[in-house]
Amino acid sequence: MTKFIIGRKSGMTQLFDDNGNVIPATVISCEPMYVLQNKTVETDGYKACKVGTGSIRAKLVNKPDAGQFKKADVEPKRIIREFTPDEEYSLGQEIKVSDMFAVGDKVDVSGVSKGKGFQGNIKRHGQKGGPSGHGSMYHRRVGSMGATSTPGRVVPGKKMPGHMGAVNCTVQNLSVVMVDGERGILVIRGAIPGPKGGIVTVQNTVKA
Amino acid sequence: MDLVKVVESENIRNQYPDVEVGDFVKAHLLIKEGAKERIQVFEGYVIARKGQGLSETITIRRVSYGIGVERILPVNSPKIDHIDVIRKGKIRRAKLYYLRDRQGKAAKITQKI
Repeated sequence: MTKFIIGRKSGMTQLFDDNGNVIPATVISCEPMYVLQNKTVETDGYKACKVGTGSIRAKLVNKPDAGQFKKADVEPKRIIREFTPDEEYSLGQEIKVSDMFAVGDKVDVSGVSKGKGFQGNIKRHGQKGGPSGHGSMYHRRVGSMGATSTPGRVVPGKKMPGHMGAVNCTVQNLSVVMVDGERGILVIRGAIPGPKGGIVTVQNTVKA
Repeated sequence: MDLVKVVESENIRNQYPDVEVGDFVKAHLLIKEGAKERIQVFEGYVIARKGQGLSETITIRRVSYGIGVERILPVNSPKIDHIDVIRKGKIRRAKLYYLRDRQGKAAKITQKI
């Protein structure tokens, strides 16, 4: 992994491509990231670069984080993430979107999907519903729980109703449509996980 | 600051504020045939104007050889060369979908003077 940025989903819109066709686009707000720590194999057991973005009041920061902000000489940051860099970044260095991505790059976008609450099997697992009429009286129910006395229990992993959404989710192989480093704008073709204002991380795609 | 609006405002090219519902218009559309580009004119009544910002669309309806034809055009599309307003219409609805059920003289819109 070489390229990485943290952002917040701003919302979706439509844009026109070179042929004049409408394309779906998601706008991500990417404030500059600051390098907080460089982890190495010798000291930490693995290589990583810890970065932070988004402002937060100093009062709300815990002491271990506050120490790192002081060491890197940056303002306290709200969102802290790690990524595996290829090149070296110096402590406290500012990283903008334009440093990481260019128009046409293929990226993966990760975030926490929208929570759907407690949902039934039809919405949660895409099962078919029962007949709506003819006295069926079996509309959106779960279906069979399994066989009878052999095995005599419900098999683990049986698809049942429950909490849906609000899980980590990645959409792969999206293309970058627009990058503006000064204003921190990243526009991506297609939809990405999460609500407006949700935190997302953008990486170069593993499918390349 | 709403970044979606910022991105949209930079890409908005033509708004055609004078094209209103009920107007009889001529839309000059760019058609690509191989390497050649030519202009095709589609004329008819504007029966709806939907959406806002970059995603705004207009629906133009005409009756061609007895068959109703509707085209939904994104107002900001680069495929629109320009739109001429021929007549303004006097209407009492925001959406003129009732025209679909009418034929001949009943499907006419009075001109606004």
